[in-house]
Amino acid sequence: MTNAQRRLLRSRITSVLIHGVLSLGALFMLLPMVWMVATSFKLPGEIAVWPPHLLPQQPTWANYSGLFEAAPFLRFFGNSVFIAVASTASCVVTSMIAGAVFAKYRFPGRGVLFMLVLATAIVPFEAYMIPLYIELVRIHWINTYQAIILPTLVMSFGIFLVRQHVASAIPDELMEAARVDGASESWTFRRVLVPLSGNAIAAVGIFAFIQAWAAFIWPLLVANNQLLFNMEVGLTAFQFRFSADYGKLMAGSTLSTVPMLIVFLLLRRRIIENMALTGIKG
Amino acid sequence: MKRFRRHAGLWVWCYAMLFPVLAIYAYVRIYPIGRSVQLSFFDWKLMARVRPFIGWDNYTRMLGDENFHIAIWNTFVYSLATVLLSTVIALPLAVLLARRGRASAVYQTIYFLPVITPLVPMSIAWKWIYDYNYGILNYALSFVGIPPIAWLTDPHIALWALVIMGVWKVLGYNLVIFLVGIRNIPAPYIEAASLDGASDLQTFWHVTMPLLRPIVLYVLVTSTINAFNVFTQVYVMTLGSQAAPGQAVRVLVYDIYQNAFQYFRMGYASAEAVTLTLIVLGFTLIQFRAFRQREAA
Repeated sequence: MTNAQRRLLRSRITSVLIHGVLSLGALFMLLPMVWMVATSFKLPGEIAVWPPHLLPQQPTWANYSGLFEAAPFLRFFGNSVFIAVASTASCVVTSMIAGAVFAKYRFPGRGVLFMLVLATAIVPFEAYMIPLYIELVRIHWINTYQAIILPTLVMSFGIFLVRQHVASAIPDELMEAARVDGASESWTFRRVLVPLSGNAIAAVGIFAFIQAWAAFIWPLLVANNQLLFNMEVGLTAFQFRFSADYGKLMAGSTLSTVPMLIVFLLLRRRIIENMALTGIKG
Repeated sequence: MKRFRRHAGLWVWCYAMLFPVLAIYAYVRIYPIGRSVQLSFFDWKLMARVRPFIGWDNYTRMLGDENFHIAIWNTFVYSLATVLLSTVIALPLAVLLARRGRASAVYQTIYFLPVITPLVPMSIAWKWIYDYNYGILNYALSFVGIPPIAWLTDPHIALWALVIMGVWKVLGYNLVIFLVGIRNIPAPYIEAASLDGASDLQTFWHVTMPLLRPIVLYVLVTSTINAFNVFTQVYVMTLGSQAAPGQAVRVLVYDIYQNAFQYFRMGYASAEAVTLTLIVLGFTLIQFRAFRQREAA
């Protein structure tokens, strides 16, 4: 064997080893989801067996139909969609307005107000949910949709994202041109700033949706009536009652996870890039 | 005067636009944050009529409370282990991925999947993975000759079961951030090192790592902050049959939740909540420092 051949062989072996390590890791990452989906299609007799089958041998929809009979999961799912859509709509609008104003206008108090918006994101929600709960008891909002959605109406990260985008991607001259033509500020905002912020708005929408969909501790506190449960709270309530019925539990878990998987696979690049570039959540 | 009027008009417009947004902030964030500090100095129980001011009593009680000790200790252990493990694993993976083009995108997608999956269903799935009798993890371990482990019910292991799930959840996030960092290292640095005869490992230790240090620090701090708020997994894993014993996995937010919403001791729980805020603020300050160093560098 010549030296060149030896080097080639060595690099081949290294490459195979590297892919081996990476694939093993990938398997570990995928396993929980595969195991969840696979179990959701198994009959009880196939769930409690040793050795376990990774994939169902007689796939069945029984767990899914049984799930909707055992608890109003259709309602939970609808609630999750409604809560996530409402929160996303609000986050998009509020982030667009505040982000653009902070980016393109100078007025007294601008810096302080912007800092305040960012600073509240540092404090974890779990640290101030108690007073918020007390306040909602006072105004009789417990067990209402408003209460569930309220803390997710705004997103500091969204305001930050829009501000960055508008400040760097939209030239002042465009706005000046509109003003010279006699346009009002509101017109300039609607016709110049908003149409040019599509990317930032999309990013804010995606993050708001993912976050609102997975919301758990707050809905757990303020939604005590099961008609208001989202998927997450509904699942834990169901788990509490039927903790051993893993077929149905996995069916419910799959239903709650699949929408996020679809969102992710469709918008994969955008999500990963935005998360990596800004590196901020909340 | 005319100019001032034009400016003033613009200012009024800005405030009018911002008002609804800032009003929401004031009501759902700023006011409750302030109020939680205030509550922590009161004996505030949801059902009680009298809610007297008690000064630092909640804090002194907290310092002597065994549940709080356990919760703080577990939260520290959980955070430290999750953050260190996920960083130590993500770094070399990022180095391996950085050189691969198309395959890298596929791996990235797979590793990133857990980051966006909702926590409740995945916690339930992990509880099933950890099942003593029929769980797939014990089955996988049986191939290497390891006898079944009571992942959740054994109080010495339950917290580590949470750590494994925590690593699984955040690994992809850390990986992607490291990957961006590595790709931003100018190629000549790496080429120069290999021309000088450095091995891959040497290049990693002496070139990649030092240049990556600010990003590593950033990841360490942000994931520590996130890890400190751990709650959902604990809630799910302690629920129902074959569940983890509450004491073994008691974490800070879980303790806050229990005190506030199961025992209705809102004042006491607020003292714990303020403590949580202070810890997170401490980490954030470290991060700001690191950022400033990064910008100065």
